[in-house]
Amino acid sequence: MDAVIENFPVFLGGFWATIRLLVLSGAGAIVLGVIIAAMRISPVGAFRAFATVYTEILRNIPLTLVLFFCAFLLPYLEIKLDYFVLAVIGLTAYTSPFIAEAIRSGINGVSIGQAEAARAIGLDFAQTLRLVVMPQGIRMVIPPLLNVIIALTKNTSVAGGFFVVELIASSRQVINLRGDAVIAILLAVAVFYLVITVPLGQVAARLERKVAVFR
Amino acid sequence: MTSVLFDVPGPKARLRSRIISIVGTIAIAVGLVVLVMVLAAPRTTAAGAVIPGMFDPIRWDIILDGRMWNAIIFRGLAATLRMAAAAAVLAILIGILFSFGRTARSRWIRVPVAVLLEFFRGMPVLLLMFFTLLVFGTGQYWAGVAGLAVYNGAIIGEALRSGIQSLPRGQRESGLAIGLTPVQTRMMIEFPQAFRQMLPIIIAQLVVLLKDTSLAFIIGYQELINIGVRQLQNTYGNRYFFTLFFVVLVVYLTVNLLLSWLARIIARRTSGGYVSRWRRKETDPGLAVVRAPDAGMGGGMSGTGGGGPA
Repeated sequence: MDAVIENFPVFLGGFWATIRLLVLSGAGAIVLGVIIAAMRISPVGAFRAFATVYTEILRNIPLTLVLFFCAFLLPYLEIKLDYFVLAVIGLTAYTSPFIAEAIRSGINGVSIGQAEAARAIGLDFAQTLRLVVMPQGIRMVIPPLLNVIIALTKNTSVAGGFFVVELIASSRQVINLRGDAVIAILLAVAVFYLVITVPLGQVAARLERKVAVFR
Repeated sequence: MTSVLFDVPGPKARLRSRIISIVGTIAIAVGLVVLVMVLAAPRTTAAGAVIPGMFDPIRWDIILDGRMWNAIIFRGLAATLRMAAAAAVLAILIGILFSFGRTARSRWIRVPVAVLLEFFRGMPVLLLMFFTLLVFGTGQYWAGVAGLAVYNGAIIGEALRSGIQSLPRGQRESGLAIGLTPVQTRMMIEFPQAFRQMLPIIIAQLVVLLKDTSLAFIIGYQELINIGVRQLQNTYGNRYFFTLFFVVLVVYLTVNLLLSWLARIIARRTSGGYVSRWRRKETDPGLAVVRAPDAGMGGGMSGTGGGGPA
Protein backbone atom coordinates (compact mmCIF):
# COMPACT_ATOMS: atom_id res chain seq x y z
CA MET A 1 0.00 0.00 0.00
CA ASP A 2 2.84 2.39 0.85
CA ALA A 3 4.21 1.83 -2.65
CA VAL A 4 0.97 3.24 -4.02
CA ILE A 5 0.94 6.23 -1.67
CA GLU A 6 4.62 7.05 -2.25
CA ASN A 7 4.17 7.03 -6.01
CA PHE A 8 0.74 8.60 -6.10
CA PRO A 9 1.89 11.48 -8.34
CA VAL A 10 3.05 8.95 -10.95
CA PHE A 11 -0.39 7.30 -10.96
CA LEU A 12 -2.10 10.67 -11.18
CA GLY A 13 0.08 11.54 -14.17
CA GLY A 14 -0.89 8.27 -15.82
CA PHE A 15 -4.55 8.76 -14.97
CA TRP A 16 -4.47 12.24 -16.48
CA ALA A 17 -2.93 10.86 -19.67
CA THR A 18 -5.65 8.17 -19.81
CA ILE A 19 -8.35 10.83 -19.40
CA ARG A 20 -6.83 12.96 -22.15
CA LEU A 21 -6.59 9.94 -24.47
CA LEU A 22 -10.21 9.11 -23.70
CA VAL A 23 -11.59 12.62 -24.22
CA LEU A 24 -9.59 13.46 -27.34
CA SER A 25 -10.07 10.17 -29.14
CA GLY A 26 -13.67 9.92 -27.92
CA ALA A 27 -14.49 13.33 -29.38
CA GLY A 28 -12.61 12.55 -32.58
CA ALA A 29 -14.35 9.18 -32.92
CA ILE A 30 -17.79 10.73 -32.43
CA VAL A 31 -17.15 13.33 -35.15
CA LEU A 32 -15.73 10.73 -37.53
CA GLY A 33 -18.40 8.21 -36.54
CA VAL A 34 -21.24 10.61 -37.31
CA ILE A 35 -19.73 11.27 -40.73
CA ILE A 36 -19.34 7.54 -41.42
CA ALA A 37 -22.88 6.82 -40.22
CA ALA A 38 -24.24 9.60 -42.43
CA MET A 39 -22.33 8.19 -45.40
CA ARG A 40 -23.60 4.72 -44.58
CA ILE A 41 -27.27 5.75 -44.72
CA SER A 42 -26.87 8.30 -47.52
CA PRO A 43 -28.49 7.70 -50.92
CA VAL A 44 -25.09 8.13 -52.65
CA GLY A 45 -23.78 4.70 -53.55
CA ALA A 46 -20.11 5.64 -53.48
CA PHE A 47 -20.41 7.02 -49.93
CA ARG A 48 -22.24 3.91 -48.78
CA ALA A 49 -19.61 1.62 -50.29
CA PHE A 50 -16.73 3.61 -48.83
CA ALA A 51 -18.30 3.70 -45.36
CA THR A 52 -19.05 -0.03 -45.49
CA VAL A 53 -15.51 -0.97 -46.50
CA TYR A 54 -14.01 1.41 -43.92
CA THR A 55 -16.20 -0.07 -41.18
CA GLU A 56 -15.56 -3.68 -42.11
CA ILE A 57 -11.79 -3.24 -42.31
CA LEU A 58 -11.32 -1.29 -39.12
CA ARG A 59 -13.63 -3.51 -37.11
CA ASN A 60 -11.86 -6.66 -38.17
CA ILE A 61 -8.30 -5.79 -37.33
CA PRO A 62 -7.07 -5.75 -33.73
CA LEU A 63 -6.50 -2.43 -32.00
CA THR A 64 -2.94 -3.55 -31.28
CA LEU A 65 -2.26 -3.69 -35.00
CA VAL A 66 -3.82 -0.26 -35.56
CA LEU A 67 -1.67 1.28 -32.84
CA PHE A 68 1.35 -0.64 -34.13
CA PHE A 69 0.72 1.06 -37.47
CA CYS A 70 0.53 4.47 -35.80
CA ALA A 71 3.53 4.01 -33.53
CA PHE A 72 5.94 2.33 -35.97
CA LEU A 73 4.71 2.53 -39.54
CA LEU A 74 3.68 6.19 -39.67
CA PRO A 75 7.14 7.31 -38.41
CA TYR A 76 8.63 4.85 -40.94
CA LEU A 77 6.63 6.69 -43.61
CA GLU A 78 8.30 9.91 -42.43
CA ILE A 79 5.27 11.18 -40.52
CA LYS A 80 6.90 12.54 -37.40
CA LEU A 81 4.41 13.19 -34.64
CA ASP A 82 4.39 12.84 -30.90
CA TYR A 83 3.49 9.29 -29.79
CA PHE A 84 0.58 10.68 -27.84
CA VAL A 85 -0.86 12.28 -30.99
CA LEU A 86 -0.26 9.06 -32.93
CA ALA A 87 -2.11 7.09 -30.26
CA VAL A 88 -5.05 9.50 -30.40
CA ILE A 89 -5.17 9.09 -34.18
CA GLY A 90 -5.14 5.30 -33.85
CA LEU A 91 -7.80 5.17 -31.13
CA THR A 92 -9.99 7.63 -33.05
CA ALA A 93 -9.77 5.64 -36.27
CA TYR A 94 -10.38 2.35 -34.47
CA THR A 95 -13.36 3.59 -32.44
CA SER A 96 -15.14 5.54 -35.20
CA PRO A 97 -16.80 2.57 -36.96
CA PHE A 98 -18.20 1.34 -33.66
CA ILE A 99 -19.62 4.80 -32.99
CA ALA A 100 -21.09 4.79 -36.49
CA GLU A 101 -22.70 1.39 -35.94
CA ALA A 102 -24.09 2.48 -32.57
CA ILE A 103 -25.66 5.53 -34.17
CA ARG A 104 -27.04 3.48 -37.03
CA SER A 105 -28.51 0.86 -34.69
CA GLY A 106 -30.18 3.59 -32.66
CA ILE A 107 -31.68 5.29 -35.66
CA ASN A 108 -32.85 1.96 -37.08
CA GLY A 109 -34.45 1.34 -33.68
CA VAL A 110 -37.06 4.02 -34.37
CA SER A 111 -39.92 2.10 -35.90
CA ILE A 112 -40.84 2.96 -39.45
CA GLY A 113 -44.45 3.51 -38.38
CA GLN A 114 -43.40 6.67 -36.56
CA ALA A 115 -42.09 8.23 -39.75
CA GLU A 116 -45.11 6.99 -41.68
CA ALA A 117 -47.46 8.53 -39.14
CA ALA A 118 -45.57 11.82 -39.25
CA ARG A 119 -45.84 11.87 -43.03
CA ALA A 120 -49.49 10.91 -42.86
CA ILE A 121 -50.39 13.94 -40.74
CA GLY A 122 -48.66 16.15 -43.30
CA LEU A 123 -45.25 16.91 -41.78
CA ASP A 124 -42.53 17.53 -44.34
CA PHE A 125 -39.06 15.93 -44.38
CA ALA A 126 -37.43 18.41 -41.97
CA GLN A 127 -40.35 18.33 -39.55
CA THR A 128 -40.54 14.54 -39.57
CA LEU A 129 -36.86 14.35 -38.76
CA ARG A 130 -36.79 17.16 -36.19
CA LEU A 131 -40.04 16.48 -34.35
CA VAL A 132 -40.56 12.74 -34.60
CA VAL A 133 -37.57 10.66 -35.65
CA MET A 134 -34.57 12.46 -34.12
CA PRO A 135 -35.92 12.93 -30.56
CA GLN A 136 -36.49 9.18 -30.38
CA GLY A 137 -33.36 8.32 -32.33
CA ILE A 138 -31.05 10.27 -30.03
CA ARG A 139 -32.50 8.60 -26.94
CA MET A 140 -31.97 5.23 -28.58
CA VAL A 141 -28.43 6.11 -29.58
CA ILE A 142 -27.07 7.30 -26.25
CA PRO A 143 -26.91 3.96 -24.35
CA PRO A 144 -24.99 2.08 -27.08
CA LEU A 145 -22.80 5.15 -27.57
CA LEU A 146 -21.90 5.13 -23.88
CA ASN A 147 -21.07 1.44 -24.15
CA VAL A 148 -18.61 2.26 -26.91
CA ILE A 149 -17.06 5.03 -24.80
CA ILE A 150 -16.67 2.61 -21.88
CA ALA A 151 -14.89 0.16 -24.15
CA LEU A 152 -12.71 3.01 -25.40
CA THR A 153 -11.71 3.77 -21.81
CA LYS A 154 -10.36 0.25 -21.49
CA ASN A 155 -8.81 0.40 -24.95
CA THR A 156 -6.68 3.41 -24.03
CA SER A 157 -4.61 0.89 -22.05
CA VAL A 158 -3.25 -0.52 -25.32
CA ALA A 159 -1.54 2.82 -25.99
CA GLY A 160 0.55 2.02 -22.91
CA GLY A 161 2.24 -0.68 -24.96
CA PHE A 162 3.30 1.91 -27.54
CA PHE A 163 5.32 4.58 -25.75
CA VAL A 164 2.40 6.52 -24.27
CA VAL A 165 2.75 6.84 -20.52
CA GLU A 166 -0.84 6.36 -19.41
CA LEU A 167 -2.11 4.36 -16.41
CA ILE A 168 -0.75 0.95 -17.40
CA ALA A 169 2.65 2.25 -18.50
CA SER A 170 3.04 4.40 -15.39
CA SER A 171 2.17 1.41 -13.21
CA ARG A 172 4.96 -0.51 -14.93
CA GLN A 173 7.36 2.28 -13.98
CA VAL A 174 6.28 2.01 -10.37
CA ILE A 175 6.56 -1.79 -10.48
CA ASN A 176 10.16 -1.44 -11.65
CA LEU A 177 10.86 0.57 -8.49
CA ARG A 178 8.76 -1.51 -6.11
CA GLY A 179 8.68 -5.09 -7.36
CA ASP A 180 7.56 -6.23 -3.90
CA ALA A 181 4.18 -4.48 -4.11
CA VAL A 182 2.91 -5.69 -7.50
CA ILE A 183 -0.56 -6.66 -6.29
CA ALA A 184 -1.23 -3.34 -4.54
CA ILE A 185 0.02 -1.37 -7.52
CA LEU A 186 -2.10 -3.23 -10.08
CA LEU A 187 -5.18 -3.05 -7.85
CA ALA A 188 -4.67 0.71 -7.58
CA VAL A 189 -4.61 0.94 -11.38
CA ALA A 190 -7.79 -1.17 -11.48
CA VAL A 191 -9.50 1.30 -9.15
CA PHE A 192 -8.53 4.20 -11.41
CA TYR A 193 -10.17 2.49 -14.38
CA LEU A 194 -13.27 1.64 -12.36
CA VAL A 195 -13.58 5.32 -11.39
CA ILE A 196 -14.25 6.00 -15.07
CA THR A 197 -16.06 2.88 -16.25
CA VAL A 198 -18.49 2.17 -13.39
CA PRO A 199 -20.27 5.57 -13.36
CA LEU A 200 -20.50 5.54 -17.16
CA GLY A 201 -21.94 2.03 -16.99
CA GLN A 202 -24.51 3.13 -14.41
CA VAL A 203 -25.63 6.01 -16.61
CA ALA A 204 -25.85 3.72 -19.64
CA ALA A 205 -27.91 1.15 -17.72
CA ARG A 206 -30.29 3.81 -16.39
CA LEU A 207 -30.82 5.32 -19.83
CA GLU A 208 -31.28 1.85 -21.28
CA ARG A 209 -34.13 1.24 -18.81
CA LYS A 210 -35.69 4.59 -19.66
CA VAL A 211 -35.56 3.83 -23.36
CA ALA A 212 -36.99 0.36 -22.79
CA VAL A 213 -40.18 1.87 -21.37
CA PHE A 214 -41.36 3.35 -24.61
CA ARG A 215 -39.93 0.77 -26.97
CA MET B 1 -33.93 5.06 -53.12
CA THR B 2 -37.38 5.86 -51.87
CA SER B 3 -38.05 6.58 -48.26
CA VAL B 4 -41.07 7.32 -46.14
CA LEU B 5 -39.22 10.41 -45.00
CA PHE B 6 -39.66 12.40 -48.18
CA ASP B 7 -41.72 12.58 -51.36
CA VAL B 8 -40.71 10.89 -54.58
CA PRO B 9 -37.97 13.21 -55.93
CA GLY B 10 -38.78 15.30 -58.99
CA PRO B 11 -36.42 16.04 -61.91
CA LYS B 12 -34.57 18.84 -60.07
CA ALA B 13 -33.92 16.76 -56.96
CA ARG B 14 -32.88 13.79 -59.08
CA LEU B 15 -30.37 15.93 -60.95
CA ARG B 16 -29.01 17.34 -57.70
CA SER B 17 -28.59 13.89 -56.19
CA ARG B 18 -26.89 12.65 -59.33
CA ILE B 19 -24.42 15.54 -59.18
CA ILE B 20 -23.72 14.87 -55.51
CA SER B 21 -23.10 11.21 -56.16
CA ILE B 22 -20.74 11.91 -59.07
CA VAL B 23 -18.80 14.52 -57.10
CA GLY B 24 -18.69 12.19 -54.10
CA THR B 25 -17.40 9.28 -56.16
CA ILE B 26 -14.71 11.47 -57.72
CA ALA B 27 -13.67 12.86 -54.32
CA ILE B 28 -13.24 9.39 -52.86
CA ALA B 29 -11.39 8.14 -55.94
CA VAL B 30 -9.03 11.12 -55.93
CA GLY B 31 -8.36 10.64 -52.23
CA LEU B 32 -7.42 6.99 -52.77
CA VAL B 33 -5.22 7.79 -55.76
CA VAL B 34 -3.37 10.50 -53.82
CA LEU B 35 -2.82 8.07 -50.94
CA VAL B 36 -1.40 5.42 -53.28
CA MET B 37 0.83 7.96 -55.04
CA VAL B 38 2.20 9.32 -51.78
CA LEU B 39 3.00 5.77 -50.68
CA ALA B 40 4.53 4.89 -54.03
CA ALA B 41 6.75 7.96 -54.26
CA PRO B 42 10.44 7.38 -53.46
CA ARG B 43 11.75 9.46 -50.59
CA THR B 44 15.05 11.18 -49.97
CA THR B 45 16.27 11.08 -46.40
CA ALA B 46 18.01 13.93 -44.60
CA ALA B 47 21.30 12.12 -45.21
CA GLY B 48 20.67 12.19 -48.97
CA ALA B 49 19.92 8.49 -49.47
CA VAL B 50 16.92 7.61 -51.65
CA ILE B 51 14.37 5.24 -50.12
CA PRO B 52 12.32 3.30 -52.69
CA GLY B 53 8.55 3.80 -52.69
CA MET B 54 6.27 1.48 -50.78
CA PHE B 55 5.13 -0.38 -53.90
CA ASP B 56 8.63 -0.86 -55.28
CA PRO B 57 9.12 -4.51 -56.32
CA ILE B 58 12.17 -4.90 -54.06
CA ARG B 59 9.82 -4.54 -51.10
CA TRP B 60 7.36 -7.16 -52.30
CA ASP B 61 9.42 -10.12 -53.50
CA ILE B 62 8.95 -11.93 -50.16
CA ILE B 63 5.27 -12.37 -51.02
CA LEU B 64 6.44 -15.31 -53.15
CA ASP B 65 8.69 -16.69 -50.42
CA GLY B 66 7.18 -19.85 -48.97
CA ARG B 67 9.27 -19.59 -45.81
CA MET B 68 7.70 -16.25 -44.99
CA TRP B 69 4.19 -17.71 -45.31
CA ASN B 70 5.30 -20.72 -43.28
CA ALA B 71 6.33 -18.49 -40.43
CA ILE B 72 3.19 -16.34 -40.69
CA ILE B 73 0.71 -19.22 -40.82
CA PHE B 74 2.32 -22.03 -38.87
CA ARG B 75 4.02 -19.99 -36.18
CA GLY B 76 2.24 -16.64 -35.98
CA LEU B 77 -1.36 -17.50 -36.78
CA ALA B 78 -1.06 -20.88 -35.06
CA ALA B 79 0.10 -19.22 -31.82
CA THR B 80 -2.74 -16.72 -32.04
CA LEU B 81 -5.35 -19.43 -32.65
CA ARG B 82 -3.89 -21.60 -29.89
CA MET B 83 -4.36 -18.83 -27.38
CA ALA B 84 -7.82 -17.93 -28.72
CA ALA B 85 -9.05 -21.55 -28.61
CA ALA B 86 -7.90 -22.16 -25.04
CA ALA B 87 -9.29 -18.82 -23.89
CA ALA B 88 -12.63 -19.36 -25.69
CA VAL B 89 -13.27 -22.73 -24.04
CA LEU B 90 -12.34 -21.38 -20.62
CA ALA B 91 -14.38 -18.20 -21.17
CA ILE B 92 -17.54 -20.19 -21.91
CA LEU B 93 -17.00 -22.38 -18.84
CA ILE B 94 -16.37 -19.31 -16.68
CA GLY B 95 -19.41 -17.66 -18.25
CA ILE B 96 -21.61 -20.61 -17.24
CA LEU B 97 -20.25 -20.48 -13.69
CA PHE B 98 -20.80 -16.72 -13.52
CA SER B 99 -24.38 -17.02 -14.74
CA PHE B 100 -25.02 -19.67 -12.07
CA GLY B 101 -23.56 -17.43 -9.40
CA ARG B 102 -25.46 -14.38 -10.61
CA THR B 103 -28.80 -16.19 -10.45
CA ALA B 104 -28.15 -18.06 -7.19
CA ARG B 105 -30.92 -18.07 -4.58
CA SER B 106 -28.62 -17.08 -1.73
CA ARG B 107 -27.73 -13.43 -1.53
CA TRP B 108 -24.33 -14.43 -0.09
CA ILE B 109 -23.41 -15.90 -3.45
CA ARG B 110 -25.32 -13.58 -5.77
CA VAL B 111 -23.99 -10.25 -4.51
CA PRO B 112 -20.26 -11.08 -4.37
CA VAL B 113 -20.46 -12.70 -7.82
CA ALA B 114 -22.18 -9.59 -9.20
CA VAL B 115 -19.46 -7.37 -7.74
CA LEU B 116 -16.71 -9.59 -9.12
CA LEU B 117 -18.36 -9.58 -12.53
CA GLU B 118 -18.62 -5.80 -12.64
CA PHE B 119 -14.99 -5.62 -11.57
CA PHE B 120 -13.76 -7.89 -14.36
CA ARG B 121 -15.92 -6.20 -16.97
CA GLY B 122 -14.58 -2.80 -16.04
CA MET B 123 -10.94 -3.88 -16.40
CA PRO B 124 -8.79 -3.56 -19.48
CA VAL B 125 -7.83 -7.06 -20.61
CA LEU B 126 -4.23 -5.92 -20.72
CA LEU B 127 -4.29 -5.19 -16.99
CA LEU B 128 -5.64 -8.68 -16.27
CA MET B 129 -2.84 -10.14 -18.38
CA PHE B 130 -0.21 -8.13 -16.52
CA PHE B 131 -1.71 -9.18 -13.23
CA THR B 132 -1.54 -12.87 -14.10
CA LEU B 133 1.95 -12.52 -15.52
CA LEU B 134 3.45 -10.60 -12.61
CA VAL B 135 1.54 -12.03 -9.66
CA PHE B 136 1.33 -15.68 -10.66
CA GLY B 137 4.41 -15.78 -12.87
CA THR B 138 2.65 -17.98 -15.41
CA GLY B 139 4.55 -17.06 -18.54
CA GLN B 140 3.10 -15.08 -21.42
CA TYR B 141 0.87 -17.78 -22.91
CA TRP B 142 -1.08 -18.54 -19.76
CA ALA B 143 -1.16 -14.90 -18.74
CA GLY B 144 -2.81 -14.13 -22.06
CA VAL B 145 -5.23 -17.06 -21.82
CA ALA B 146 -6.19 -16.21 -18.23
CA GLY B 147 -6.75 -12.52 -18.94
CA LEU B 148 -8.89 -13.23 -21.99
CA ALA B 149 -10.82 -16.07 -20.32
CA VAL B 150 -11.76 -14.09 -17.22
CA TYR B 151 -12.74 -10.93 -19.05
CA ASN B 152 -14.73 -12.62 -21.80
CA GLY B 153 -16.15 -15.12 -19.30
CA ALA B 154 -17.65 -12.18 -17.41
CA ILE B 155 -19.27 -10.84 -20.56
CA ILE B 156 -20.54 -14.25 -21.71
CA GLY B 157 -21.84 -14.85 -18.18
CA GLU B 158 -23.93 -11.68 -18.36
CA ALA B 159 -25.22 -12.63 -21.79
CA LEU B 160 -26.25 -16.09 -20.56
CA ARG B 161 -27.93 -14.61 -17.50
CA SER B 162 -30.02 -12.23 -19.55
CA GLY B 163 -30.85 -15.10 -21.89
CA ILE B 164 -32.08 -17.18 -18.96
CA GLN B 165 -34.03 -14.30 -17.50
CA SER B 166 -35.79 -13.62 -20.75
CA LEU B 167 -37.25 -17.14 -20.81
CA PRO B 168 -40.87 -17.40 -19.70
CA ARG B 169 -41.19 -18.60 -16.11
CA GLY B 170 -43.12 -21.60 -17.25
CA GLN B 171 -39.97 -23.14 -18.73
CA ARG B 172 -38.40 -23.48 -15.31
CA GLU B 173 -41.67 -24.31 -13.55
CA SER B 174 -42.46 -27.16 -15.89
CA GLY B 175 -38.96 -28.54 -15.43
CA LEU B 176 -39.38 -28.54 -11.68
CA ALA B 177 -42.93 -29.91 -12.00
CA ILE B 178 -41.80 -33.05 -13.80
CA GLY B 179 -39.37 -33.72 -10.96
CA LEU B 180 -36.07 -32.36 -12.26
CA THR B 181 -33.79 -30.75 -9.70
CA PRO B 182 -33.08 -27.01 -10.09
CA VAL B 183 -29.61 -27.81 -11.49
CA GLN B 184 -31.05 -30.32 -13.97
CA THR B 185 -33.68 -27.80 -15.01
CA ARG B 186 -30.97 -25.23 -15.60
CA MET B 187 -28.78 -27.61 -17.57
CA MET B 188 -31.44 -29.39 -19.62
CA ILE B 189 -34.08 -26.72 -20.17
CA GLU B 190 -32.83 -23.21 -19.51
CA PHE B 191 -29.22 -23.27 -20.76
CA PRO B 192 -29.93 -24.83 -24.16
CA GLN B 193 -32.48 -22.08 -24.89
CA ALA B 194 -30.36 -19.30 -23.43
CA PHE B 195 -27.35 -20.44 -25.46
CA ARG B 196 -29.35 -20.48 -28.61
CA GLN B 197 -30.80 -17.06 -27.99
CA MET B 198 -27.47 -15.52 -27.07
CA LEU B 199 -25.41 -17.30 -29.71
CA PRO B 200 -24.93 -14.18 -31.86
CA ILE B 201 -23.55 -12.27 -28.88
CA ILE B 202 -21.36 -15.16 -27.77
CA ILE B 203 -19.86 -15.62 -31.22
CA ALA B 204 -19.34 -11.88 -31.61
CA GLN B 205 -17.54 -11.97 -28.30
CA LEU B 206 -15.35 -14.82 -29.52
CA VAL B 207 -14.35 -12.71 -32.53
CA VAL B 208 -13.37 -9.97 -30.06
CA LEU B 209 -11.44 -12.56 -28.09
CA LEU B 210 -9.52 -13.62 -31.17
CA LYS B 211 -8.63 -10.02 -31.94
CA ASP B 212 -7.65 -9.42 -28.34
CA THR B 213 -5.06 -12.20 -28.39
CA SER B 214 -2.92 -9.53 -30.07
CA LEU B 215 -2.77 -7.76 -26.69
CA ALA B 216 -0.43 -10.55 -25.66
CA PHE B 217 2.00 -8.99 -28.13
CA ILE B 218 2.48 -6.24 -25.54
CA ILE B 219 3.42 -8.72 -22.80
CA GLY B 220 5.81 -10.41 -25.22
CA TYR B 221 3.89 -13.49 -26.41
CA GLN B 222 5.10 -14.65 -29.83
CA GLU B 223 1.84 -14.33 -31.77
CA LEU B 224 0.91 -13.17 -35.25
CA ILE B 225 2.02 -9.54 -34.95
CA ASN B 226 5.18 -10.35 -33.05
CA ILE B 227 6.32 -13.06 -35.45
CA GLY B 228 4.91 -11.48 -38.59
CA VAL B 229 6.15 -7.94 -38.21
CA ARG B 230 8.87 -8.01 -35.55
CA GLN B 231 10.68 -11.27 -36.07
CA LEU B 232 10.40 -11.52 -39.83
CA GLN B 233 11.53 -7.92 -40.15
CA ASN B 234 14.70 -8.91 -38.32
CA THR B 235 15.14 -11.90 -40.62
CA TYR B 236 14.37 -10.22 -43.93
CA GLY B 237 15.41 -6.64 -43.26
CA ASN B 238 13.88 -3.28 -42.60
CA ARG B 239 12.79 -2.62 -46.15
CA TYR B 240 10.08 -5.29 -45.86
CA PHE B 241 8.45 -3.59 -42.86
CA PHE B 242 5.52 -2.20 -44.86
CA THR B 243 5.00 -5.46 -46.76
CA LEU B 244 5.04 -7.62 -43.64
CA PHE B 245 2.59 -5.31 -41.93
CA PHE B 246 0.31 -5.57 -44.93
CA VAL B 247 0.51 -9.38 -44.90
CA VAL B 248 -0.39 -9.55 -41.19
CA LEU B 249 -3.28 -7.17 -41.81
CA VAL B 250 -4.62 -9.35 -44.59
CA VAL B 251 -4.35 -12.50 -42.46
CA TYR B 252 -6.29 -10.87 -39.61
CA LEU B 253 -8.93 -9.54 -42.00
CA THR B 254 -9.38 -12.94 -43.63
CA VAL B 255 -9.78 -14.84 -40.38
CA ASN B 256 -12.05 -12.28 -38.74
CA LEU B 257 -14.25 -11.71 -41.76
CA LEU B 258 -14.74 -15.47 -42.04
CA LEU B 259 -15.76 -15.67 -38.38
CA SER B 260 -18.05 -12.63 -38.69
CA TRP B 261 -19.68 -14.13 -41.73
CA LEU B 262 -20.26 -17.35 -39.78
CA ALA B 263 -21.69 -15.33 -36.88
CA ARG B 264 -24.08 -13.57 -39.21
CA ILE B 265 -25.34 -16.83 -40.68
CA ILE B 266 -25.88 -18.29 -37.23
CA ALA B 267 -27.57 -15.10 -36.05
CA ARG B 268 -29.98 -15.22 -38.97
CA ARG B 269 -30.75 -18.89 -38.34
CA THR B 270 -31.38 -18.54 -34.62
CA SER B 271 -33.36 -15.34 -34.83
CA GLY B 272 -36.05 -17.14 -36.79
CA GLY B 273 -36.31 -19.84 -34.14
CA TYR B 274 -39.08 -20.50 -31.67
CA VAL B 275 -37.21 -18.91 -28.77
CA SER B 276 -37.04 -15.47 -30.22
CA ARG B 277 -40.75 -15.15 -30.63
CA TRP B 278 -40.94 -14.02 -27.02
CA ARG B 279 -38.34 -11.32 -27.36
CA ARG B 280 -37.88 -10.67 -30.98
CA LYS B 281 -36.45 -7.19 -30.46
CA GLU B 282 -33.61 -8.41 -28.30
CA THR B 283 -32.63 -11.16 -30.67
CA ASP B 284 -32.51 -8.97 -33.75
CA PRO B 285 -28.90 -9.93 -34.45
CA GLY B 286 -27.69 -6.45 -35.26
CA LEU B 287 -29.30 -4.70 -32.34
CA ALA B 288 -28.51 -7.47 -29.88
CA VAL B 289 -24.82 -7.34 -30.69
CA VAL B 290 -24.53 -3.57 -30.70
CA ARG B 291 -26.61 -3.17 -27.57
CA ALA B 292 -24.81 -5.89 -25.68
CA PRO B 293 -22.70 -4.72 -22.74
CA ASP B 294 -19.43 -3.30 -24.05
CA ALA B 295 -20.90 -3.19 -27.54
CA GLY B 296 -18.76 -6.17 -28.48
CA MET B 297 -15.74 -3.92 -28.21
CA GLY B 298 -14.09 -5.47 -25.20
CA GLY B 299 -10.43 -4.70 -25.10
CA GLY B 300 -10.77 -4.77 -28.85
CA MET B 301 -13.97 -4.73 -30.76
CA SER B 302 -16.38 -7.04 -32.51
CA GLY B 303 -16.53 -7.87 -36.15
CA THR B 304 -20.15 -8.86 -36.41
CA GLY B 305 -22.40 -6.68 -38.42
CA GLY B 306 -24.92 -4.35 -36.94
CA GLY B 307 -28.41 -4.56 -38.32
CA GLY B 308 -28.17 -3.22 -41.81
CA PRO B 309 -30.79 -0.89 -43.18
CA ALA B 310 -33.62 -2.80 -44.77
